[in-house]
Amino acid sequence: MAEPALSIRGLTKVYGNGFHALKGIDLDVEQGDFFALLGPNGAGKSTTLGVVCSLVQKTAGQVSIFGIDIDRDFARAKYHLGVVPQEFNFNQFEKVLDIVLAQAGYYGMPRREALPRAEQLLKDLGLWDKRNGSARMLSGGMKRRLMIARALMHRPRLLILDEPTAGVDIELRRSMWEYMRRINREEGTTIILTTHYLEEAESLCRNVAIINHGEIVRNTSVRGLLAELDTETFLLDLAHPVDQAPHVEGFEVHKVEEAQLAVVVHRGQRLNDVFTALGEQGIEVVSMRNRANRLEEMFVSMVEQGNNERPKVEQAEVGK
Amino acid sequence: MSATQVAIALWTLVVKEIKRFTRIWPQTLLPPSITMAMYFIIFGSLIGSRIGQMDGFSYMDFIVPGLIMMAVITNSYSNVASSFFSNKFQRSVEEMMVSPMPNWVILSGFVLGGMARGLGVGLIVTLVSLFFTRISVAHPLLTIGVVVLTAALFSIGGFINALLANKFDDVSIVPTFVLTPLTYLGGVFYSISLLPTFWQNASLLNPILYMVNVFRHGFLGVSDIPVGWALAAIVAFIIVLFTVALWMLERGKGIRS
Repeated sequence: MAEPALSIRGLTKVYGNGFHALKGIDLDVEQGDFFALLGPNGAGKSTTLGVVCSLVQKTAGQVSIFGIDIDRDFARAKYHLGVVPQEFNFNQFEKVLDIVLAQAGYYGMPRREALPRAEQLLKDLGLWDKRNGSARMLSGGMKRRLMIARALMHRPRLLILDEPTAGVDIELRRSMWEYMRRINREEGTTIILTTHYLEEAESLCRNVAIINHGEIVRNTSVRGLLAELDTETFLLDLAHPVDQAPHVEGFEVHKVEEAQLAVVVHRGQRLNDVFTALGEQGIEVVSMRNRANRLEEMFVSMVEQGNNERPKVEQAEVGK
Repeated sequence: MSATQVAIALWTLVVKEIKRFTRIWPQTLLPPSITMAMYFIIFGSLIGSRIGQMDGFSYMDFIVPGLIMMAVITNSYSNVASSFFSNKFQRSVEEMMVSPMPNWVILSGFVLGGMARGLGVGLIVTLVSLFFTRISVAHPLLTIGVVVLTAALFSIGGFINALLANKFDDVSIVPTFVLTPLTYLGGVFYSISLLPTFWQNASLLNPILYMVNVFRHGFLGVSDIPVGWALAAIVAFIIVLFTVALWMLERGKGIRS
């Protein structure tokens, strides 16, 4: 069986101020996977990826990239790794082409190989026309694409994308998704993604890990996670306003606006029963949509559950 | 990395550093040239003509090597300090950290970039001095050797400063409060034989005095101090500081959390 693209065992990070950012996490990402690492702010996502990229020093634990232990041969492991960080981390005063060529040089790629590679990537990502301009003149979306081009220069087998579409408009986000899908599908590049847009994870990723308070709270397939979702909330837009939420036997119905209802549907319940009951009361439904992204509902419930349980644990420890 | 890959990585970094300071030449190359021209005009021509001879040479001839060395020292140091700190500040240092480039290559790349600026400015100052005097070099190899070693030493110093710096102010503290006084008191404008004995001895604790004197010896063939010892001290300082800088880089001091 092929080595995982990324294997993490017992990864622990305690910062100098005593903050326990990672509490011995275990994680495997298989080769060719499109993997989402999700979690609220401060959960430990960026610390985990920082250790993998050598930007953060781990306190304990083991990390292997395609079977190469980073403690034994980090340089060789780094050849397989491409990183697109959350914040812009290039010299804003350099030319776009110089930035990607310098990155190739750091990996020891000769200029005769780097130039055509840079041309291909900058064309694919719509930056070729900007190649001789200063990076600071690029828009936010272009800067993100520049970091993707830079990360792909040395043909990494594992690409880490930390919030790659943050602040990017919807149209551009969709085109970036398509590009990421393409390199995952056609070039077999393993992709690990952190994102706050859970729609992004649901749309792109096959597997997901949710991290909270420095611990992995779930690690499963996106499909499996969604199958566990017990309830979904639908928003119904009505043809006419209603005074109060109607009673529908067996369903939880709330009035959201004058002409909008929210209906909570549990697994096994039939949405058709809601329409029938509303029709009998003379309420006409014009359109319907999910109130939130399904994965988002699952994520919020897990994080909230984790947060609710946390004080109990701390109290128990204090009581010892 | 193979030797070829290491060479490509090092070359990439050095070229990038040279491009950086040539791109902003009005900030990096022009000011020292103008400042030094002022020194030549005011101290060399106007005041120097009234001073007479120093160690058997005209005052202008005496200060030329010191002023060249002063330019090399300040520019080598400040180039690496500001460039590496700027990389830290903009987080573009992460480009290097995530790459397989060994730390010694990162350090050497910045040091060679600093040396390129220091020596480049030194060359410009030398050319400017030709408008005011005729330069003759008594020991060419020694002259080149000591200026290259000095540029290397202060480039490494600038790198350590940048690693330790947390804000831009930290980058200017050492050049302003340490390097400038040591340079002015390092025999650039006078021979320490003019000083009372106590201050002569105190001056011997100033490392820049040795570099200026060896460089002057290369030009004029005269020196206040033993040349061999001075060269050995510069080489020893380079080895120690390079080791310290590399150790700090390996530990991720100032760049890894």
